Amino acid sequence: MRGAVMKVVRRQRRELPVLLLSLCASKVMAAGEFWTFTPPASQIARQIEGLHSYLMIIILIIFFAVFGVMFYAIVRHRKSLGHTAKPFHENTTIEILWTLIPALILLGMAWPAASVVLAQKDSRGAVMTIKATGFQWFWAYEYLDFGFGFKSKLATPQAQIDNHHTGGESKNPHYLLEVDRELVVPVGQKIRILTTANDVIHSWGVPALGVKQDAIPGFIRDTWFKAEKVGTYRGQCVELCGKGHAFMPIVVKVLSEPDFKRWIADQQAHAKAMQDDPNKVWSAVELIARGRQVYEANCQTCHQPNGKGGGPFPALAGSKVATGAKADHVHIVLNGKNAMPAWSSLSDVEIAAVISYERNSWGNQAGILQPSEVKTARGAK
Amino acid sequence: MHSPSIASTHLHTPGEHHAEHQTGWARWLYATNHKDIGTLYLWFAFAMFITGGVMALCIRAELFQPGLQFWQPEFFNQLTTLHGIIMVFGAIMPAFTGLANWMLPLMLGAPDMAFARMNNWSFWLLPPAAALLLISLFVPGGAPAGGWTLYPPLSAQAGMGMDLAIFSIHLLGLSSIMGSINIITTILNMRAPGMTLLRMPLFAWTSLVTAYLLIAVAPVLAGAVTMLLTDRHFGTHFFNAAGGGDPVLFQHIFWFFGHPEVYIMALPAFGIVSQIIPTFARKPLFGYVSMVYATCSIAILSFMVWGHHMFAVGMPATAQLFFMFLTMLIAVPTGVKVFNWIATMWQGSMTFETPMLFAIGFVCLFTVGGFSGLVLSIAPIDTQMQDTYYVVAHFHYVLVAGALFSLFAAVYYWLPKWTGYMYHEGRGKLHFWWSMIWFNVTFFPMHFLGLAGMPRRIPDYALQFTQFNSLATVGAFCFGLGQLLFLFNVLHTIRGGVGPAPAQPWEGGNTLEWEVPSPAPHHTWESPPDIAMVRRGLIAQAVYHEGEDEA
Repeated sequence: MRGAVMKVVRRQRRELPVLLLSLCASKVMAAGEFWTFTPPASQIARQIEGLHSYLMIIILIIFFAVFGVMFYAIVRHRKSLGHTAKPFHENTTIEILWTLIPALILLGMAWPAASVVLAQKDSRGAVMTIKATGFQWFWAYEYLDFGFGFKSKLATPQAQIDNHHTGGESKNPHYLLEVDRELVVPVGQKIRILTTANDVIHSWGVPALGVKQDAIPGFIRDTWFKAEKVGTYRGQCVELCGKGHAFMPIVVKVLSEPDFKRWIADQQAHAKAMQDDPNKVWSAVELIARGRQVYEANCQTCHQPNGKGGGPFPALAGSKVATGAKADHVHIVLNGKNAMPAWSSLSDVEIAAVISYERNSWGNQAGILQPSEVKTARGAK
Repeated sequence: MHSPSIASTHLHTPGEHHAEHQTGWARWLYATNHKDIGTLYLWFAFAMFITGGVMALCIRAELFQPGLQFWQPEFFNQLTTLHGIIMVFGAIMPAFTGLANWMLPLMLGAPDMAFARMNNWSFWLLPPAAALLLISLFVPGGAPAGGWTLYPPLSAQAGMGMDLAIFSIHLLGLSSIMGSINIITTILNMRAPGMTLLRMPLFAWTSLVTAYLLIAVAPVLAGAVTMLLTDRHFGTHFFNAAGGGDPVLFQHIFWFFGHPEVYIMALPAFGIVSQIIPTFARKPLFGYVSMVYATCSIAILSFMVWGHHMFAVGMPATAQLFFMFLTMLIAVPTGVKVFNWIATMWQGSMTFETPMLFAIGFVCLFTVGGFSGLVLSIAPIDTQMQDTYYVVAHFHYVLVAGALFSLFAAVYYWLPKWTGYMYHEGRGKLHFWWSMIWFNVTFFPMHFLGLAGMPRRIPDYALQFTQFNSLATVGAFCFGLGQLLFLFNVLHTIRGGVGPAPAQPWEGGNTLEWEVPSPAPHHTWESPPDIAMVRRGLIAQAVYHEGEDEA
């Protein structure tokens, strides 16, 4: 026990407040050091942690000084000890002093904080710009300097999340903090992040990199980070954005410069290969197979894999929309309705495919749809 | 003892010259007596406190383990939203208005509130407002699920539950404004002769400043939600970028209301504590005048710091610095208050009855909340903490340990005056220690969760947050359970307690409310207290020096 404490002391000698807190929480700490900042991986994050430690030292000194006086009074100046009250009730000198001294202490806090604010807000001189768009409920990234982009969605299987009856599947170590495609950036470079949103306000933040920036529909904001170490850093959407708020993680994978170059080349080649020919006429089998992928990636969380729906989400099997007029079906997918978000960010091919899949699954037989029809519907809107 | 006003009260049998003195349900429905209305407010606030508390426990139950156990995420968001709105507008604010109603006329030597019938109206707006909020749970789409801050565009997406909440907020705002008008007029016009503004009890001061804050900002909130309503239904685009509006505009308007609102919930608590600590330290309040100045400076500063709630929306560096510096500055007058309370205790002759325990608990925990507020005021740190559990911990330290503990202190302090009986001291202390311990078990770990980056308002979380969440849930259930003890204590006191209370149950209390019998008769101060009585109280409060000219 003593040895463990000494280890903590050595490691964190400069962080007295953290140490004290750690002693209070030593039992919980044994289960993992999840009680303070994630280890900083950028200069700004380190400065923030430093500011916090500096503040905690001042605060703890004030805390013990002030409450020392109070508890001394509570212990000694009590009636049960026969202490009689001295009815003094003002002292101009001391009242001026305890107004001025705190003001000076604040000045000592404001000065270093201001310089961090200025550094944090200075997004000039970035080597590349990535646009992060918040959707209900995932992130889409565009590498503006390289001309490609992708969506980044929660990779935790629904079965791990749902444990209301069974206790659920056992959970990954990165439960809720894992995505199907990470944001990849090079190490040691200033990366500018532009944030915006498709529907409601989201917030893009990664604690280890010291960034957090709201993503506001209709507006573009920016922030930046420079990761100092290769590795994977995790964050979550931090502005309430509806029912999927807990399920839109942010994962940043920091690669070395050559690895990043190779990754970019791969991505560009891949994007080119994946590009759908807009004039191709698809066969029903092709469309439905492609649609199934789109459905599994985007729709089945709410409408369920069996198309039976759940909660506020209607069943698609045998539904009026999925078996009625195609135009209505396209309209809902493009524009959303009630709790269903608009899916206009999907490509024409993807929308045509998923609609075709929905109209020809779970007993539905309502015909397929070509991408060109979606294109027309989009234009008409 | 010479007290003509009380004697005159006793000359009349009830109903003899007050035709309106009803009994049964009519007494409460048509109530115009400040004591009846105060009682109504307090019971309403308690009912809402229990309702909001049960919602909090539903939230904590879901968060006991990672994964979705009890609620779907949409309903979880409804719970967090309603919990916030109900606790702020249904529990804390009406409780303070109720206290002001009950105690201000007694403390100022006034026969009643200035506008007795408007007082009835301002109370009876509350139950329909609460009903609208609760009904929203059962309409299509459910209750509002956008958080108590109701940020659009999320709130613009919601179902009709949001409209009900908006109307509810309109009613609550109307009620607050009427209550405030009443408080201000009573304080400015109905003080006993010899009680100048700078000589009235500090609870009256903080109530006065709070009432002004409310009149200033309740219409701002009403405006914001009305704009939201027209955005939702009448095609305006105040907050919709597609129509030329700006979602962030709502946040500016909301927090221009919302930050002073924080002090609307904190200032009356300062007033209560400033009455209780001198009583049990048997000493006059230290630094009365600087307390008044501190109250006013906090109120004024509260209008200039709303931007610190929005450090993550992407405001320019200059704006961040402006809001950061002003926010930090609030620590100065708040510090002055804490130092004054401690100086009041210093060299006192203290006893530790339940009201004093809660008052000291308030000073300790509110200071912790103040410190975490100072941490949050530093913009770069706030960038990390924004919308994490650190913020949840911070505002629960100021609102539960601040507002709620001061309310408990006030209830135990004035319960003998209200009921005519003494509460059971042992059970009162048990309630204090139980609340104190479990409050900290519930909310202190949330600081760690926030530092480690757990976002607020999520129904499910990553595995590393499990231990602290489980701990907080255990704490919350114990804390919640303890409040049944509070209810029991109050009911027990109403039904006789441990025996009748004298007019002055506390050795050190000197303000005017202790001059009337316990329980306070239905009508008091029909003629103002005599000047000697007022002066006696003022000397004890150190705001009147013997031989000084009467103002």
